[in-house]
Amino acid sequence: MTTTQPAAGGRATSAPLMGRESEPTLFELSSPGRISANFRITGVPEWTAEELVPAAHLRDTPTPVAEVSERDLVAHMTRLSHRQFSVDLGAYPLGSCTMKYNPKLCDDAVARSGLADVHPAAPPAMTQGWMALLADLESALCRITGMAAATLQPPAGAAGELTGLLLMRAFHGAAGEDGRRRRVLIPDSAHGTNPASVTLGGYEVTQVPSDDRGCVDLAALADRLDDDVAGIMLTNPNTLGLFEEDIVAIAGAVHEVGGLLYYDGANLNAILGVTRPGDMGFDIVHMNLHKTFAVPHGGGGPGAGPVAVTSRLAPYLPGPRPVATPQGAYEWVEPEHSIGRIHSWHGNALALARAWSYILANGGDGLRRVSDAAVLNANWLRHQLRGTYDIPYDRPCMHEFVASATNLKRTTGLRALDVAKRLLEEGFHAPTTYFPLIVEEALMIEPTETESPQTLAALADALVRIAADSGENGRAAPRTAPVGRVDEARAARQLVPTWDARPADL
Amino acid sequence: MHFVPHTDAELAEMLTSIGLSSIDELFDAVPAALRLAGGLDLAPGLAEADVAVCFDAYAAANRPVGRDFVCFAGAGAYDHDIPSVVGRLAYRSEFVTAYTPYQPEVAQGVLQALFEYQTLVCRLFGTDVANASLYDGASACVEAVNLAVASTRRSDVWVSRGLHPQWRQVLATMAVGTGHDLVDVALDDGLSSWPADGQPAAIVVQSPNYLGCLEDVAAAGELARSLGGLLIVAADPVSAGLLTSPGSLGADVVVGEGQPFGASLSLGGPYLGLFACRKEHVRRLPGRLVGETVDTEGRRAYVTTLRTREQDIRREKASSNVCTNQTLMAVAFLVHLGWLGTAGLRELALRCARGTRYCREALLAIDGVEPLVGAPVLREFAVRTPVAADVVVERMAEEGFLAGVALGEEYGEGLLIAVTEKRTSGEIDAYVNAFEKVVR
Repeated sequence: MTTTQPAAGGRATSAPLMGRESEPTLFELSSPGRISANFRITGVPEWTAEELVPAAHLRDTPTPVAEVSERDLVAHMTRLSHRQFSVDLGAYPLGSCTMKYNPKLCDDAVARSGLADVHPAAPPAMTQGWMALLADLESALCRITGMAAATLQPPAGAAGELTGLLLMRAFHGAAGEDGRRRRVLIPDSAHGTNPASVTLGGYEVTQVPSDDRGCVDLAALADRLDDDVAGIMLTNPNTLGLFEEDIVAIAGAVHEVGGLLYYDGANLNAILGVTRPGDMGFDIVHMNLHKTFAVPHGGGGPGAGPVAVTSRLAPYLPGPRPVATPQGAYEWVEPEHSIGRIHSWHGNALALARAWSYILANGGDGLRRVSDAAVLNANWLRHQLRGTYDIPYDRPCMHEFVASATNLKRTTGLRALDVAKRLLEEGFHAPTTYFPLIVEEALMIEPTETESPQTLAALADALVRIAADSGENGRAAPRTAPVGRVDEARAARQLVPTWDARPADL
Repeated sequence: MHFVPHTDAELAEMLTSIGLSSIDELFDAVPAALRLAGGLDLAPGLAEADVAVCFDAYAAANRPVGRDFVCFAGAGAYDHDIPSVVGRLAYRSEFVTAYTPYQPEVAQGVLQALFEYQTLVCRLFGTDVANASLYDGASACVEAVNLAVASTRRSDVWVSRGLHPQWRQVLATMAVGTGHDLVDVALDDGLSSWPADGQPAAIVVQSPNYLGCLEDVAAAGELARSLGGLLIVAADPVSAGLLTSPGSLGADVVVGEGQPFGASLSLGGPYLGLFACRKEHVRRLPGRLVGETVDTEGRRAYVTTLRTREQDIRREKASSNVCTNQTLMAVAFLVHLGWLGTAGLRELALRCARGTRYCREALLAIDGVEPLVGAPVLREFAVRTPVAADVVVERMAEEGFLAGVALGEEYGEGLLIAVTEKRTSGEIDAYVNAFEKVVR
């Protein structure tokens, strides 16, 4: 693989494009009396506020917002956008986050009045297209995961987790076992949302250690299994990017004591068309459509976290769900023993629709190719970094792997944090750092399938060069980003959460 | 159609370079018995143009609101004009395709936008702190209740029936896990009728409430304080242009549905949950919070802060599991509200209130159409109709109107009607004429 010639896919050096100049806030750009807004001519009588609002409720001064021209608002937001890294600018190998390219056809597919202008409380006769779309997506997600039915309501992965735990409770409750089953097992490599969701689901967390191969320690699992276990939450491949090879034995052991298996779909991008959580023995599966199915992350949402289940859990799903009648029309149906609603309406519908357009465009064959390339890219990159970085669990990985800067830190003083900040200077986003918690100085790298071999080579090249650099350079990075390292301690110590809370001397 | 850039030759070269001879060998760790034989049971991939055809068909099977189907429905999802700047600015790909701002040095755009958004939410609601958004109004309310329960170490939560019924359903779903008790508080002629005594962790009131009525927020605040509980107010960001802010009336936490600013109706999502509170509750604030600080050279910079509250650090001790929120919708909210500005926000609220009065007075002049409740309203109202409300909705659809939302039994089967700044007197007159015809 040559890195000398620029080639298709190229090197993603976006940092020089990013704005270095500070941008004033909207509030500083305001000028009293300046207006952008304009309104229709309606012909409605122009009653005054005093005539319309009882005096006890009417505010005495206008709510201050901002007073800017449309032109200044446009310049402001455009300049802010230039101070922001994004997938559309360059590679984003942020482990566990699956920052793949978001196809533009998906943006256009959902930009239709026939989808965007549909009121959520409109009678079903007015929303048949939406209901068909959601039912089609649900069916596809069940085929991909090997499950029987799904809810599309959860608006994010963590919401999906909590939904899954409430499904567990309802299932055990129906068997009269809700009081007895109070523990949920979680590997020590799990995402932080897992234990937090367990607590909100009313369960206690029991942590399961990983073995020296980075997988669930079967003996430790057996020690922790009893008939007070409600279930286990697993990510497979796990957060080290390793496939839990003993998953069938794990499923057998958990089911043996009457527990359920929950699949955290954060890493589903590795196994599309290769294997399915349902085949592994999982009972409940959440998917992050904003990872695997290319719904853009939007700087932190909106996502979508549908939950699919086996047939024995289907009666407990949140409702209402769109279901086809024998006549072909769709109705909203409440599952028989539903745990209830978990979203104001029907979930992040436009995000769901985007994911469906992505699945349609890829098809079954294309989705398999996604996982093939995601896993190949990760393994190829892992090979390039061997010898430069520690790879604590150095065996074939799935869609991501975890490197460590432990040795670098000892020899040059470069920490994982410094490597991350240096990479920003090189025009790449940083990997996930210091996670999973079981790896010291962790750099969790997920290149995704949409980065070309040339981009990967440039990324590998940058990471190798960074490792050869001095600790001093590392600590000074990033020097080409819109700002240098930020003082996080000061932000917490002297909290300034709004423009109005800002001390005059800041 | 696929989005994998590799040529077959490149795939082969990469495999060889890591000592493999086939793609299947990449998956050796997956036990043979678990391998999916025959691939996924999905149709082959479609070309971009064919995906568009497919989506045209879904869209055509819906009946969107617009010129041919004029919207008078609200109930938490409002048909407002969205200025062009929202689509052109908030949906710039730098905002759309960024991740959560974990590397602040290259995420100043999203972080500053969120800082400005937090400022605006606090100004609307009269609070000290706002987070960077939650999923929707219901989830914001759930988090507010969890905060109150943790803060007071009490378990009863008084929830007015004036709170959106679907939010109350979500509260009930989530309370199964957290274990607190939701006490249902009835409405009396449209306004919450609080118990005189008890030990509530929180009093939850919506104003304007689900029926559009203006609640006595100050009295609810005094009651909450006298009983040692918190006041949680569910507020409307549009009405905030005219109403005294909940924060100044004693609210500890203010939540809301942010959809009116920047989000299309879209079958109910994505919208955004507004969450704001007094600063004494900031250590229990759910979700992300952006704060201002400086970089190594002393330049102004923004960063997510008080991170030790969050799930990835506190794990099972965290009081919220929120990770991904609705950041892009918060950016859209900022652009829309920034465009409206101080004068525009007031004008918008005023126009909604004017259309509401105009429509309500005309409807109530129809024989047999009565107000459902007597309390004063602002931008939404409920009527009792001579024929069942769902029948009215059905018949009005044939006349070209989404007439409103039929209320359930617990509200006495009325019709809930919302009028936004989009509605002209001509549309309202036509609506009233058709209404008169279908209820006859």
